[in-house]
Amino acid sequence: MSIVTVQLGQCGNQVGHELFDLLCSDAQQGQRKLYSTASCERFFHQTAHGELVARAVLVDMEPKVINQSISRAVKGGRWRYGESSHFSQKQGSGNNWANGYCVHGPRHRDVVEELVRREVERCDRLAGLMAMMSVAGGTGSGVGTYVTQCLRDIYPKSFILNHLTWPYGTGEVIVQNYNSVLTLAHLYQLSDAILVHENDTVHRICSQLLNIKHISFSDVNRVIAHQLGSIMQPALTADSHGVYSRNPLGELVSALTCHPEYKLLSVCTIPQMSSSSIAYSAFSWPGLLKHLRQMLISNTKMEEGIDWQVRPPAGSERTRSLTGPSFNTSLANLLILRGKDVYSAETGGFEDPALYTSWLPSEEAFNLWKSPVPFNKYEKSATLVSNSQALLRPLDNMVGKAWNMFASRAYIHQYIKFGISEEDFLDSFTSLEQVISSYSQLC
Amino acid sequence: MTQSVVVQVGQCGNQVGCRFWDLALREHAHVNKKGLYDEALSSFFRNVDSRKSDGGACGIGGRIQHLKARAVLVDMEEGVVNEILQGPLREVFDSTQLLTDVSGSGNNWAVGHMTYGSAYREQIVDKLRKAVEHCDCLQCFFLIHSMGGGTGSGLGTRVLSLLEEEFPEVCRIVTSIYPSAEDDVITSPYNSVLAMRELTEHADCVLPIENQSLVDIVDKIKRMSHSGKPGLVIKRDSTIISGQGGLSGAEKPFDAMNNIVANLLLNITSSARFEGSLNMDLNEIAMNLVPFPRLHYLVPSLTPLYTLADVSVPTRRLDQMFSDAFSKDHQLIRADPKHSLYLACALMVRGNAQVSDLRRNIERLKPSLPFVSWNQEGWKTGLCSVPPVGHSHSLLALANNTCVKPTFMELRDRFTKLYRKKAHLHHYLQVEGMEQSFFSEATNSLSSLIEEYHHLDATKGRLMPDAPRLSIAR
Repeated sequence: MSIVTVQLGQCGNQVGHELFDLLCSDAQQGQRKLYSTASCERFFHQTAHGELVARAVLVDMEPKVINQSISRAVKGGRWRYGESSHFSQKQGSGNNWANGYCVHGPRHRDVVEELVRREVERCDRLAGLMAMMSVAGGTGSGVGTYVTQCLRDIYPKSFILNHLTWPYGTGEVIVQNYNSVLTLAHLYQLSDAILVHENDTVHRICSQLLNIKHISFSDVNRVIAHQLGSIMQPALTADSHGVYSRNPLGELVSALTCHPEYKLLSVCTIPQMSSSSIAYSAFSWPGLLKHLRQMLISNTKMEEGIDWQVRPPAGSERTRSLTGPSFNTSLANLLILRGKDVYSAETGGFEDPALYTSWLPSEEAFNLWKSPVPFNKYEKSATLVSNSQALLRPLDNMVGKAWNMFASRAYIHQYIKFGISEEDFLDSFTSLEQVISSYSQLC
Repeated sequence: MTQSVVVQVGQCGNQVGCRFWDLALREHAHVNKKGLYDEALSSFFRNVDSRKSDGGACGIGGRIQHLKARAVLVDMEEGVVNEILQGPLREVFDSTQLLTDVSGSGNNWAVGHMTYGSAYREQIVDKLRKAVEHCDCLQCFFLIHSMGGGTGSGLGTRVLSLLEEEFPEVCRIVTSIYPSAEDDVITSPYNSVLAMRELTEHADCVLPIENQSLVDIVDKIKRMSHSGKPGLVIKRDSTIISGQGGLSGAEKPFDAMNNIVANLLLNITSSARFEGSLNMDLNEIAMNLVPFPRLHYLVPSLTPLYTLADVSVPTRRLDQMFSDAFSKDHQLIRADPKHSLYLACALMVRGNAQVSDLRRNIERLKPSLPFVSWNQEGWKTGLCSVPPVGHSHSLLALANNTCVKPTFMELRDRFTKLYRKKAHLHHYLQVEGMEQSFFSEATNSLSSLIEEYHHLDATKGRLMPDAPRLSIAR
């Protein structure tokens, strides 16, 4: 089964390019025919000349980034984007969600839908759609939301996963919190699952784990691609009976988002280190999983500065608040292990009922995928996709800042100009406060 | 790729514009090595084949035939425009882009705005429309004018409202040169205040520039370059006031000052013209920096002002450039943004810099910069990979900051001094269409603008409680 990816806006198109590059190079390493075939079927189709073409549609309201991504893929020589599977305009959305959602989106609806339809028809079987975008700007967030809505209309039964890049806390786009609130509130109604990467977290991974001195956006995007790739590449699931699972999106959604109030997924991967250190490091599954488990329960998004004091609560103290001890309650977790001796890995620590809510048994809440194929140069690699309180605090911050700005009605005139009213803002705030409230009561 | 049209009005506007076109050509010649007409060039220039009878335009990707500026030049006297037409830049303009008269506006806003505004209305709109028709995606008008005289301030602001009427969708960014306190035009306070109202009502963004600041910066650079200390030799053509490598040979008196403004316009548009890892389009400027429609005065500062020739001397590093952008003597108006309140701030970096450089410097500078309570993280950033000619990197900061208030208040005081005595008023009132109410409305508009800044200033330093959040019924 295949996944059709829609890359939207500057960020979506940059991250998307890194993802396909990684998927392709990972699949082509070494001699693992089954793995490689399964991966390629998911993300690429092959031309008569044997070229790999990404199952992707590129959408942006300005041409520069798309042209860059396309030509970089051609230069790389291993894969390319489809000749006519991209759409760009001349003038961007100007960081304005309303401009993207109310103007650009509707104006170009037909063209974008047609591009997606063509990609979908190329698939023997469609596993689902993945829309990649940032929430801060105007095109990714605004047009991205609109396009997701159109996809939901056309493919009501398909799985739709949104991959979102959350902006740095400071200094990308001033109205980023408004744009994020509007995007998230709308996507929550449309998407099956919302997978989130925070730029701040990824930036820290680049500087502290990968030791990169001058961090560029491509460094950040490569880390995101690595984590995403480790989720998306073929793996064996509990009931796939020794063959690679067929529907990665469907299985992801059914493993993690069992309740419409809870759709926010966070990711962490270990180990992550500079390529020069990989050769000198050895890892054991118990060590990796012990770290990963503590990262989960203490809500640390990278393998450094883990708080080892945090423990799951005993049965009696199951009442916590936002400000309480920093134990991170999960609704559901998906653990993906790749590499050597993967079948010997002991994952019991993740099945502890104390990690989860009281209303979902841990055997439902925990899922495990495995693959004996080492992933992207790492001999062993573990990725945890978690539907937990991990994103509660950044979400609460985002909504809080936007609400403060909204209280003085700053910048609202820019949105009204394109047809988004104060009531629309209020609706979005209300639905996100509901999400915040649901996640904070998770226990 | 989008295009922009430059509209230069009056003596000052045309002199600045002239420097802009010269430096723009220099910049593109520096970047564009193949001599092909590319997307970047197309944003400010058309490529026409003059051999074809219709002066046919050539598409992107072909050889450069004959570049024509996307500009409309308006002046009510002939001097400056004629000079341009006799100079080396004559090739980039043709007669259809020019509009001149012979008698000038006599330093009278009303003559420029009313008399000439009405007489030339059709012609101006016609020329604008022609320029617009040559664009396939027009994003922005850049209006360049001065506030003190008659044509720039009067007719310039009339052109501004025509732009709004005819092309409401297109962003209007105005570069306004404010007169020094010791201006030789006696009526300049009248002209400036009357023009201010038009700017407040009809512009999307105004970049205020004070004449005196330009003088100060030029003096400072000249002092530095003549100090002759060993190792402190400033690289030729690296100073922001230099026109080295441009078409014009000998420098004219105001060229150094006008080059600063020209560089401002080049930097503000760099990210829209060239590639970068974090694009900043022109329509993002107003979106991010203008929280309330009338408060759209953005204080520019440019760094570095020069680079040193001797590479063995520890040159001004990247971080120094960021610090300088917030210091008093790099602002293009005489103001101190650090000790006033920021509503929002944009950092547009060109050249060899990464997102980590931006982040590090924002973190470093943030504690010393007061931001309004609801916009504590009011930073907008852009990274353009092509540096300006003669530099490895540069930074343009645009601050929406209450530090513009003193400049406006000083202007109002000078206005009031004249107006109380009704001095020179009759020159204005005898112009057809001009009424005394224009004066009172203009001061009222300015006063309420000052008041709005004042209200925001009053929140500075006070701990503002967060707005109570919506509560969800459980």
